Amino acid sequence: MEQFEVRTSSARRAAGTCRQAVVGVNTSGNIEVLVERVLPETESVVAVTTAVTGYRDLWQAVIEDFFDRAATGGLRFDINDGGAKPDVVSLRLRQGVRRMEIDA
Amino acid sequence: MSDLMDLLSHDYYEASARDRILGVLDAGSFREFLGPENRTISPHLAQFGLTGAFDDGMVIGEGLLGGKRVYIAAQEGRFMGGAFGEVHGAKLVGLLRARRTTTPRRASPPSSSCSTPAGPPSGGERRRARHRRDAARDRRGAPRRRSGPRPRRRPVRRVRRGGIVTAFCSRIIVSEHGRIGVSGPEVIETNKGVEEFDSKDKGLVWRVTGGRTRAMMGGADRFVRDRIAEFRAARSRRSPAAAPSTSRPCGPSRPGSRRASPPTGPAATPEIWRKAGVASPRPSQP
Repeated sequence: MEQFEVRTSSARRAAGTCRQAVVGVNTSGNIEVLVERVLPETESVVAVTTAVTGYRDLWQAVIEDFFDRAATGGLRFDINDGGAKPDVVSLRLRQGVRRMEIDA
Repeated sequence: MSDLMDLLSHDYYEASARDRILGVLDAGSFREFLGPENRTISPHLAQFGLTGAFDDGMVIGEGLLGGKRVYIAAQEGRFMGGAFGEVHGAKLVGLLRARRTTTPRRASPPSSSCSTPAGPPSGGERRRARHRRDAARDRRGAPRRRSGPRPRRRPVRRVRRGGIVTAFCSRIIVSEHGRIGVSGPEVIETNKGVEEFDSKDKGLVWRVTGGRTRAMMGGADRFVRDRIAEFRAARSRRSPAAAPSTSRPCGPSRPGSRRASPPTGPAATPEIWRKAGVASPRPSQP
């Protein structure tokens, strides 16, 4: 099992006022993402827990690409990984941002 | 997704446990207990190098169903194959105990599906409520028993061991995609051999344990189309009783109902269906 965080401090503020959302399920080839609006507006963190060790560089690349593409400022993402491929990780992270755009 | 109309038209089978609850309950009325933000994760999985789920695959809380306040639970059938972990089981037991000892609060602020839910009633509140109720019962000599409607528990499909929990339910609503069985087909095959039950023969599996057959044999109360809206309509007390998607001529619902005596042999299920007036195994649903 491997745990690590990828963070940025130059994020654009995430839209909406929703405080919390969950997308995906921790099952084979999938991930569960818990999104919380708990950080300062320019910061964002993705914390990964995965049973598959040795892919930290790939996670880093996928998450940095996500930070570039989406406005994630203020959001913390916690991932429970069930062995998802990079495209599924990207999709779930974007879904998480979309759900947070809803006004609470 | 969080939009109500989206949820209601959503497949029940495809939806996550949390989305099922959000869609079945009145919009915005769900208040989750021990939500994912608490990170109540199984303490055992890490020892096996396995990652957990933030809710341990069990979503519990309270909300309104057709204006009536209910406690509700949904199991995430895809996490660990729907297996029961320690936290998972404790949450369900806690919900049932809470229902036995408290009345769900009347005035609960509506929360949006994505907002942070408040916590469950505190231990002190529960104790006081129980004490008041028990004292009242003792005064009039009534037994201390659970009153009011039971908390609802609906079968979660694709749960291979979930049939045990389903068997404790007082009412079961199922759709064509659902299966009800104490053991899953793979477990039966492993223990009794492929001659007993071939888990790869999906037609056989659904003919025997599938929702349609179970409903016809009296093993479920309602058979509905696989839409969250239909599950909601089938359970919501204020809405008119929704007509089942297929007839249930095998008699009244369980428990205590006289079930159709099942024929045996490989052609058993088609024969049951024929007797029930179902000409074709294909669903004839709108």
